[in-house]
Amino acid sequence: MKHYLSPLVLNLKPSGIRKFFDLASSMEGVISLGVGEPDFTTPWVMTESAIFSLEQGQTMYTSNAGLVELRRELSKYMARKQGLDYNPDNEILITVGASEAVDLTMRALLTPGDAILIPDPSYVAYAGCAAMSGAEVHYVPLRAEHDFRLQVEDLQMAYTPNCKVLVLSFPNNPTGAIMTREDLLPIARFASEKDLLIISDEIYSDLTYQGNHTPFANLPLMRNRTIHVSGFSKAYAMTGWRIGYACGHPDIIEAMTRIHQYTIMCAPIMAQVAALEGLKSGDSPKKEMIMEYDRRRRLMVHGFREMGLSCFEPLGAFYVFPDITVTGLRSEEFAEQLLHEEKVAVVPGTAFGPGGEGHVRCSYAYSTEQISEALFRIKRFVQKRIKI
Amino acid sequence: MLSEEDSRLLHVLSQDCRLTPEELSIQTGLTPDYISKKIKQWENDKVILKYSPLINYDLLEEERVTALIDLKLLSQRGQGYDKIAQRFLKFPQIKSVYLVSGDYDLCLIIEGKNMHEIAQFVSDKLSPLDVIEATSTRFIMRRYKQDGVEFVGEEERPQRLMITP
Ligand SMILES: Cc1ncc(COP(=O)(O)O)c(C=O)c1O
Repeated sequence: MKHYLSPLVLNLKPSGIRKFFDLASSMEGVISLGVGEPDFTTPWVMTESAIFSLEQGQTMYTSNAGLVELRRELSKYMARKQGLDYNPDNEILITVGASEAVDLTMRALLTPGDAILIPDPSYVAYAGCAAMSGAEVHYVPLRAEHDFRLQVEDLQMAYTPNCKVLVLSFPNNPTGAIMTREDLLPIARFASEKDLLIISDEIYSDLTYQGNHTPFANLPLMRNRTIHVSGFSKAYAMTGWRIGYACGHPDIIEAMTRIHQYTIMCAPIMAQVAALEGLKSGDSPKKEMIMEYDRRRRLMVHGFREMGLSCFEPLGAFYVFPDITVTGLRSEEFAEQLLHEEKVAVVPGTAFGPGGEGHVRCSYAYSTEQISEALFRIKRFVQKRIKI
Repeated sequence: MLSEEDSRLLHVLSQDCRLTPEELSIQTGLTPDYISKKIKQWENDKVILKYSPLINYDLLEEERVTALIDLKLLSQRGQGYDKIAQRFLKFPQIKSVYLVSGDYDLCLIIEGKNMHEIAQFVSDKLSPLDVIEATSTRFIMRRYKQDGVEFVGEEERPQRLMITP
């Protein structure tokens, strides 16, 4: 039946993670560092409020943009934590995960013939969603020698006049890199100069371990150029609830809401209720989790450096991205052989774009016992291969 | 106020107090030297009082019961609560003593071999004291969670997928 499929879909590559997932899932006794979601469960106050609302019979559609109480609370959170003012009535849209927000933004902005600048490596969905809108993808390399921070020179190289949108994604999946205000300023100037719109996926913004996160929309003149995309999956350990949001200029949010209205209608009400409870509880549900991630992060970076891999210090998200080139293996070979020999699952850097070559992504959303055991096995594997 | 560094150290220490200063250093980013000094200081200042494992006695074939005992005190001229509480501290059976708000004044946590032993202790040692007006004893039947640790149900936790983006 393949000949019935749209050429757009026929050309859509399956995510590089899929293949590895099938392989790892078929084996027994595997310790995985391959997961992109928290090992905590959702803070109980949030889950409990959703259960209560269901018992009360809150099982309906909400308005397309999402519960107005949630948008109001989100507006307060954006002001308090991110220093940004968004009108809950027309500048905030509640979506089914940050995933939907990314998709909607690209559909609202891109047409065939446009080009989009996507950092490489980065989260798998950007290139896929861009391809569905028929836009050309221009990868902008993130380089290890710059701790995977985006450099304006690299942007310049990748830029062509049909580029309309730039994706930013910091704290970054898979590298764990962050960008400070100073790092972002030249990018903002470049965006103004070239009239680029920015999709800034800041879903890990609450998970940073040094200094305060700078939202891109906070930079001079960037607010109206930026669609700020985020969600509850990571900081509130809510991946399965499917709840996220987008904030931006009313014209763009309105266009996105129109698409959302026909394709999704609204985000699930119970997830919206739980998210609302989380925002009302302030930072306390997140605090313990962040402390615990920080501890594991340090443990993992130390472990990789000690076994002789070079590993820059990631200051956000929950990933470590060690350089494995001293083993003489390519990312995929490393991940496959490690899985077969030591039964540890990591994700090859290339699953996040060609720029991930030479690295693997290891998540520290695991207990310290699991991390220590995995590091022990990886060390045994690496030391057989390191060329001195 | 605790500094950011010290709360990091206390967090890791309270997860696992067996870690050496070197291991603590890896997980906190503080130097082993600073850590040793800080812990020593906390010990001297009685901020850290004891390092003890959390034991699930239900899994051992050990006879052991815990009871919560609420005490209502007769108001006594010239004797503050602190002074009266002192009288309970020395009994080894009494594991904790709290001053509480509400209908009762003190709450004690008592451990014994069995209910009989605890009942005996209450009637022989506590009730006769002239400062006590009333007592209420509640035995703990089952422990679901203590000190932030769940005693039941952990093994039933649903699994995440092996690899996700
Ligand atoms: C950078 C980034 N953006 C978005 C998502 C998707 O988040 P959500 O669960 O809100 O759709 C992920 C999940 O892994 C991510 O890493």
